[in-house]
Amino acid sequence: MDQLPALARVFAYLSLLTIGGGMAAFPEMKVLIVDVHRWLTAEQLTHVYSTGQMSPGPNMMMVAEVGYLVSGVLGALVAAVAFFVPTGILTFAVGRIWERLANWPWRDSIQKGLGPVAIGLAVAGLITFGKTAITGWLTLLVGVITFVLVVRTKINPVFFILGGAVIGLFALRQ
Amino acid sequence: MSTAQTAAASPAASKTAVSPLEIFVTFLIIGATSFGGGVVAYLRDALVAKKKWFDDVEFLEMTSISNTLPGLNATNMAILAGDRLAGWLGATGAMLGMCLPAFIFMTAAGMIYSESHARPLASAALRGVAAAAVGLIAATWFKIGKKSLRGFYDAVFVMAAILGINYFKWGVPITLLAVGAVAIFTYRPHKAPEQPAQEQEDWINSLH
Repeated sequence: MDQLPALARVFAYLSLLTIGGGMAAFPEMKVLIVDVHRWLTAEQLTHVYSTGQMSPGPNMMMVAEVGYLVSGVLGALVAAVAFFVPTGILTFAVGRIWERLANWPWRDSIQKGLGPVAIGLAVAGLITFGKTAITGWLTLLVGVITFVLVVRTKINPVFFILGGAVIGLFALRQ
Repeated sequence: MSTAQTAAASPAASKTAVSPLEIFVTFLIIGATSFGGGVVAYLRDALVAKKKWFDDVEFLEMTSISNTLPGLNATNMAILAGDRLAGWLGATGAMLGMCLPAFIFMTAAGMIYSESHARPLASAALRGVAAAAVGLIAATWFKIGKKSLRGFYDAVFVMAAILGINYFKWGVPITLLAVGAVAIFTYRPHKAPEQPAQEQEDWINSLH
C-alpha cells in the first residue's frame, strides 16, 4: 500500500518520455524500477516487458503487471492510470487545437525534428533491453530469425513471440 | 448538435453522430484482438475499412498527431478518433475499450508470474519471448526508419540519441530535450520555404 504514491509518480513521469512509443522510456524505466526502487530485478523487468509483447492492445500495459507485482490489483490500477491518463489528456487537448496549429510554422519543425529522435531513443531502449534479453547464442539466434522474418514476411509477429516461448520452455530453463 | 460543436468539427465529426457505447465496443474488440503489436494496422482496418468512420487522409492525420506526442499510438489514436466521433465521452469510451483487455491480460500475467511454483517455467518461456521481442521490436523500428529517415541530419539525430543514452548515459529526459531541441531547431521554419532550397541548389550548381 505504501508504494502506491511512488508507483503513481514513477509511471506518470515515465509516460511523458514515451515519444514514438514505449521503448523510448525503457532505459529510464530500468533505472527507476530496478536501481532506485528495487521493485524488480533487471531480468524480471525484461520478463514483464516481454509479456507485454504478448498482450493485445497497448503493449505498454505491462506497467499494470509491474504495479501488480509491487502492490497487488490496486497497484496495477494505479500504475495503469498514472501511465495512460496524463498523456491521454495531453493528446485530447492537442487533438482539439491541431487544426489551429496548422498555420503555426513550428508544427512541421517539431514533427520533422522529433521523428529521428524518437527512432534513436527506441533503438537506445532496445539496446538496453537487449543487454538483458540476449544472453547467449540461442537467444541471439531467436532474435535474428524473428527480425528477418518480421521484415521479410507478413506473418503475424505473435507467432514468433509464441515460438520464442516454446523454445524458451524447452531450451532456456535454468 | 450545438453550433459550437459544428463549428469546431472536423469533417469526421460532421457525419452522423456515433454513440459512445458503439465506440467503446468497437475499441474493446480492437483492444482484445490486436495481437502482435502494430495496433495502427488493426485500427485502420476497423475504423477506415469496416466502419468507414474516417477516410485515409483523416486517419493519416491522426497517426501523425499520435506520433508527435508522448503516449502510445494505440491509446493516442483511440482518444483522437473517439473525440472526433463523439467528443470527450467518445474519447473516454475508446480509451477504456482499448485498455481494458490488456489491463486484464497483464494483471492476470502478474498473478501467474508471482506464483512461486510457476516461476521457473514462466521464466524459461519468457527468456525465449524476450529474445523474440528484441527481433520484433528491431524489425518494427527498422521498417519505420526505412520509411521515414531522410538525409544526413536525420542520421545524426538517431546516432546522437543512441549515444546520449547508451554511451554518455545522459538519461532519457536530458537526451530527449537536448537532441530534440537541436533537431527541431535544425528543421526550424524558413521565412520563405521555397527560396532557401532554390538558393542552396543554385549554390551547389555554381560549384560545378
